[in-house]
Amino acid sequence: MTSLERVEARDKVTGRARYAFEYPVEGAAYLMGVQAAVGRAEIASVDHEAALALPGVLAVLSCENAPEIAEVDDPELLVFQSRKVSYRGQFVAAVVAETWETAQEAARLVRITYADERRPDVRLSADHPGLYEPEEANGGFPAVSELGDPDAAFATAAVQIDATYTTPAQHNNPMEPHATVAAWEGDDLTVYDSNQGASTVQGTLAKIFKLEPAQVRVVSPHVGGGFGSKGTPRPNVVLAAMAARAAGRPVKLAVTRQQMFATTGYRTPTIQRVRLGADADGRLTAILHEVVSQSSTLREFAEQAAVPSRVMYRASNRRTAHRLTRLDVPTPSWMRAPGETPGMFALESAMDELAYTLGVDPVELRVRNEPERDPEQDIPFSSRNLVACLRKGAEHFGWADRDPTPAIRRRGRKLVGTGVAAATYPANRMPNKATARADADGTFTIRIAAADIGTGSRTALTLVAAETLKADPAQVTVELGDSALPRASLAGGSTGTASWSTAVVRACEALLDELDGEIPPEGVEATADTAEEIKSEPEYSRHAFGAHFAEAEVDIDTGEVRIPRMFGVFAAGRIISPTTAHSQFVGGMVMGIGMALMEQSVMDAEFGDYLTHDLAQYHVPACADVADVQATWIDEEDQHLNPMGVKGIGEIGIVGAAAAVANAVHHATGVRVRDLPITPAHLLPDF
Amino acid sequence: MRPFTYERADSVDDAVALHGEQTRYLGGGTNLVDLMRLGVEQPDRLVDVTRLPYDQITVAPDGGLLIGATVRNSDLAVSWSVRQTHPLLSQAVLAGASGQIRNQATVGGNLLQRTRCSYFQDITKPCNKRDPGSGCPARKGENHNMAIFGHSTACVATHPSDMAVALAALDASVHVHSREGKRVLPLSDFYRFPKDDPSRDTVLKPGELITEVEVPPLGMPSSYRKVRERASFAFALVSIAGALKVEDGVVQDCRIALGGVAHKPWRAHRAEEMLRGVAATKENYLRAADAELESAHPLRENGYKIPLARNLIVRTMLSLGEGA
Ligand SMILES: Cc1cc2nc3c(=O)[nH]c(=O)nc-3n(C[C@H](O)[C@H](O)[C@H](O)COP(=O)(O)OP(=O)(O)OC[C@H]3O[C@@H](n4cnc5c(N)ncnc54)[C@H](O)[C@@H]3O)c2cc1C
Ligand code: SF4
Repeated sequence: MTSLERVEARDKVTGRARYAFEYPVEGAAYLMGVQAAVGRAEIASVDHEAALALPGVLAVLSCENAPEIAEVDDPELLVFQSRKVSYRGQFVAAVVAETWETAQEAARLVRITYADERRPDVRLSADHPGLYEPEEANGGFPAVSELGDPDAAFATAAVQIDATYTTPAQHNNPMEPHATVAAWEGDDLTVYDSNQGASTVQGTLAKIFKLEPAQVRVVSPHVGGGFGSKGTPRPNVVLAAMAARAAGRPVKLAVTRQQMFATTGYRTPTIQRVRLGADADGRLTAILHEVVSQSSTLREFAEQAAVPSRVMYRASNRRTAHRLTRLDVPTPSWMRAPGETPGMFALESAMDELAYTLGVDPVELRVRNEPERDPEQDIPFSSRNLVACLRKGAEHFGWADRDPTPAIRRRGRKLVGTGVAAATYPANRMPNKATARADADGTFTIRIAAADIGTGSRTALTLVAAETLKADPAQVTVELGDSALPRASLAGGSTGTASWSTAVVRACEALLDELDGEIPPEGVEATADTAEEIKSEPEYSRHAFGAHFAEAEVDIDTGEVRIPRMFGVFAAGRIISPTTAHSQFVGGMVMGIGMALMEQSVMDAEFGDYLTHDLAQYHVPACADVADVQATWIDEEDQHLNPMGVKGIGEIGIVGAAAAVANAVHHATGVRVRDLPITPAHLLPDF
Repeated sequence: MRPFTYERADSVDDAVALHGEQTRYLGGGTNLVDLMRLGVEQPDRLVDVTRLPYDQITVAPDGGLLIGATVRNSDLAVSWSVRQTHPLLSQAVLAGASGQIRNQATVGGNLLQRTRCSYFQDITKPCNKRDPGSGCPARKGENHNMAIFGHSTACVATHPSDMAVALAALDASVHVHSREGKRVLPLSDFYRFPKDDPSRDTVLKPGELITEVEVPPLGMPSSYRKVRERASFAFALVSIAGALKVEDGVVQDCRIALGGVAHKPWRAHRAEEMLRGVAATKENYLRAADAELESAHPLRENGYKIPLARNLIVRTMLSLGEGA
């Protein structure tokens, strides 16, 4: 497909692209949330007086006076409906004022007294008494799967790996914090909001405020990232709408970076035990992957970290299981490739341990265990090119010359090593609607309430429409990010491009059917709905695959780890927009470097909150951490996916990346770090 | 944010006269304004000192430096004379923060930046430094980047400045002005240990204004090295400012200061004393480092700083020795 620069690039670099908080709304007041300063208690009273006395304060909201709102599935959204404090940092009050600064100062003056305060239970452990097996893991997967007799097969395996891996809590931290501007006109609500799906936010707000969806409009044309944290509506959008109504004025709410660490989701910490049994040639006979994670007392969220182990390798005896415990913590949620990201760190580290124990090359070990069909569902893969990714990556990276012996390569005062890991991510689709319109001047307009959270979906859909219409991309305008457009699914689970492009292609095809000859002055329009098409999908196991190759340098004196080069190869169906796809892969890999080496939210056991409160404390890779990171892909033709043959690329780039880094660190140093992130504190005592 | 007034001082007399009880001098504001946003600092008046005539670096005939307090961190780091005569100072400044912050930050503000302890920054939690007598949750809590030397039951925080570590190694002194006049404080006495009053980072009296930093000539190879969890834009786990003069295989003089290990830049006097006059060998460096680290008291999560500091001392001395 032709390459196209990001269609809104110029708007973004010139500042013309508007983000939620920037919408000029006449008469807007400012809203600031007040967070609970205890981890577990009942609110005895909230004293609004001092805050209201501050000049410029318009209203204070809390459980003392909040209007009743309707229940929805996510109790995190039911702001001020209960006196229970479920975690430290939960929004328990809010202030509306003439200026943001006044609102911020008044927020500090809201006096909350707590009763029945108890020490919060916030520490996840593998023997936490509250551990239970949920019915389902996130994504609707069964919590447990079992085939054959995994315990017996493992016990009798010629070679065994039995190791426990942990990943810390991580916060999504998109560049643009969550923000909402809410304005009522009678009973009609408009919100300018930063989210990953305008239609989803519209539906939720309608339910909460007991409105018809048509009474709610959500406008979100530009969103500065989400990484899953904006996939579900967050308290900010409810708060803003509630406060705007209470104050009788439009309000603007920007969640602060500090507040994001409690109120906008995060990736749960995980404790994962992986057992691999293999014969002397490295053929797996048993795969056991058991995951422990946390959720809040408000809602169950079970990170599906063992799910990738259901598709990766062949073995006739297997078990995957998830257990979780409910702690006095914020509800964890989606963060780039929930499930696969922590899960593949564990599985792919264990595969490396097995390769090392057996003396088999880690690329070869994976190839040897390549399944012909989906190993648990026993259905064919729509396409599976993991081996091709491994081979291509190995060749490009110079893997053939690799001496597997750890800790023997030096570059000055640095130990050097290389590591490999595989990646996988499901390719799913959601139902969508879209319209395509042709105008007499030869231009086309596509309308769909899709989201572009910086991923390039606007660009990809432009190319998809142009190709289907056999038009020049310059003639095509895609309108998205507005709930007034045809209803769309959200940007999540790497389903966006696959789902939206199906609707766009169908709408364009329908338009072509209607076009014959001259286009009338009023234009021609056609609409498509993909609900039926998606329901009747034939049974295939649909997944993208990939392989990461990383080189690590570890300073002998300091234990500092740096990644001079990393190479990723992905097989993710057809790549629609090479420019933005490349950014997605590379961005995922960089986030994987962050996960491997620095990202970590530290829970304070006494107070019960994540101590890391800003980007000075919560480290993500800086430019200096990202040296030579490259991604490429295999042109994959898959007839069993969707009209464009795409698999989705937003998440797979991070999957397995941390394992490749950890495996490279092992190769460099001989030290196997099973607890992320790999910091000098982990490596130094061993040097 | 609480209302406050903003004044700009044109002279030192002006600045000290404008200073009242809840006043803060404003340098680049990269630390103070952040802390005001967090509610940690609540001044009612800011006196902007960045227009004071202290924005120059003067090189004395003997190679010593007089650095104005309002010199921006970036200008200090790129100064040709500093890089020639005191490379460790330039390296230390460049190792700190980011390009944007260094463009804004001043020398005076850098010296007086507050600790990065996350309890200190969160006004909903106790902290003896911010709220004397309320307690120190870091001591038993999250302390992987806290002090290993000189901490007390009242406070285990570290001083975050990289520049100050280099200045400690350089035997710098700080010129301060107040309504009572001027005094010169050696950097070694400028910062305090927390003892039972961690609310005071330095011996400065209220209203004292930093005007200059005086750095004597060095005359030996020097370097600054900072260990951190990412390649830039992170505070030190441990850092080292070192200088070494070797003649005929014997250590004539040396300087070692460590950052990230104490409430103040930690001048490794013991190690320095052991090294002066002995053979410049790895064994001697190791022995000196171990002797220095004998007085370290790691907390639950920061024991790794001991091997890290030891390795840094040995490696820095070795490479400075090789360069000689
Ligand atoms: C994200 C981030 C990362 C950072 N990383 C590092 C790092 O790695 N290493 C490092 O060393 N630093 C780091 N810093 C800190 C940075 O160096 C300081 O913020 C900066 O040096 C402070 O200088 P300023 O002029 O902006 O001080 P201000 O914020 O203006 O002032 C700081 C304090 O000094 C006082 N003050 C200022 N000037 C004078 C004066 N002339 N006399 C008396 N009192 C005065 C103020 O009243 C205030 O109390 C980082 C900062 C940030 C925000
Ligand atoms: S270490 Fe010092 S700054 Fe940190 S909480 Fe304790 S008293 Fe406060």
